[in-house]
Amino acid sequence: MARKKIHAYRRENGRVGVRNHVVILPVDDISNAACEGVANNVKGTMALPHSYGRLQFGEDLELFFRTMIGTGSNPNVAAVVVIGIEQGWAQKIADGIAKTGKPVEAFSIEGRGDIGTVAAASYCAKEMVQWATELQRTECDFSELYISVKCGESDTTTGLASCPTVGNLIDKHCASKGTASFGETTELTGGEHIVAAKATNAAVRAQFMAAFDDYQKLVFSEKTDDLSESQPTKGNIAGGLTTIEEKALGNIEKLGKKTKFVGCLKPAEAPSSPGLWFMDTSSAAAEAVTLWAASGAVVHLFPTGQGNVIGNSIEPVIKLSGNPKTVKTMKEHIDLDVSAILQGEMTLDQAGDALIEMVVRTANGRFTSAEALGHREFVMTKLYRSA
Amino acid sequence: MIHFLVHDPSDDVAVAVVDISGGTKCTGRDLVKNKKIAHTVTQDIPLGHKFARHDCVVGDTLRKYGTEIGKVVKPIKAGQHVHVHNLKTKRW
Repeated sequence: MARKKIHAYRRENGRVGVRNHVVILPVDDISNAACEGVANNVKGTMALPHSYGRLQFGEDLELFFRTMIGTGSNPNVAAVVVIGIEQGWAQKIADGIAKTGKPVEAFSIEGRGDIGTVAAASYCAKEMVQWATELQRTECDFSELYISVKCGESDTTTGLASCPTVGNLIDKHCASKGTASFGETTELTGGEHIVAAKATNAAVRAQFMAAFDDYQKLVFSEKTDDLSESQPTKGNIAGGLTTIEEKALGNIEKLGKKTKFVGCLKPAEAPSSPGLWFMDTSSAAAEAVTLWAASGAVVHLFPTGQGNVIGNSIEPVIKLSGNPKTVKTMKEHIDLDVSAILQGEMTLDQAGDALIEMVVRTANGRFTSAEALGHREFVMTKLYRSA
Repeated sequence: MIHFLVHDPSDDVAVAVVDISGGTKCTGRDLVKNKKIAHTVTQDIPLGHKFARHDCVVGDTLRKYGTEIGKVVKPIKAGQHVHVHNLKTKRW
């Protein structure tokens, strides 16, 4: 995997992106309509409607700003129009994104109304799209990709085939000084000791266990039964997974055999150096991938067993499956079929190399199945009720 | 054809990688030493589901990947289906 090349966008801050989005970013729920108005006026832009952004406070508000600013700052984004009801928070988010050096403008609706705001923002967005569509891909190193990993609709084949395939790529990517991140804090339950043993030192191990224990406390304080309706899910159970421990042990196969993780990230926090990072995320797929995209990840690897259909607005989601039934019944959702591993007709090393090739093709511009099918999930994580 | 895989030679359960009919004499292998293993499966086991490699009694802890995955809540005979009806989490 030495010096494998991709053709990608090198952004103003030197970071490498594989898509060239012009994002129309609402600060709050009530600015979604204006953002969708701009996206309707100006082709080649993408609005990211969401449900939050009003009256949040404390750690939840910090996560909100980190997610907004991080999403706009992602190297897959060329330029951003920010629209909020009030100028203050819109400008704060635009100023945060502007630190990357990319074009960004803030607009506010109060005192002007939706129609005036949409008009002003549309003129700006049109200029941005015409500028962005002239940007050229250049040769970049594969190791410059920041890759996030999370599985979903898991079954026992994910632990046998698709997750260890991702683990094989992680070992190769991190050995070449690439950056990657895993998370799904609750779905490590039963294998947390195995993850802890993969921490690069005692401080990182303690930080990981603190995040893990904190999430366990939440589950135990809020649960009303044994979680058998939620974890494992009905789909997991249909696929043969019986307990959270069994699900976690398959999940952990994504971390690779040799790689140690170098640090722990808060939700949506960007890694500060190459290597594998743990991020404290929800295990719900769309929420988790949105957090990774906000942390700057540019490609997501998503093993699935029973057939999750997830995509993301900002980072392409590459889905792979080792379930020979799913790759037939849901073939339009699966980018890489690794089911031959189950019969010993494909080794993990071969599967890992095939996945690297799929990442290269995706980074070079190939639409993932999720992109082709219009999956653009953008789901913010909210920590608690607003004030 | 391989009927099942065993993650670790010490595991109490095997995973069907094809749909298996009850009564089938099955062959599989483990993923650590890649050694061939034989088991007779006594119940229908759909692809991805597990069967017991030996008799288990209530209270036993079962292992997969060489690691605990839960406790037995109903007796299980060798070759029978292991799932939510006879195995529960030890965590939640």
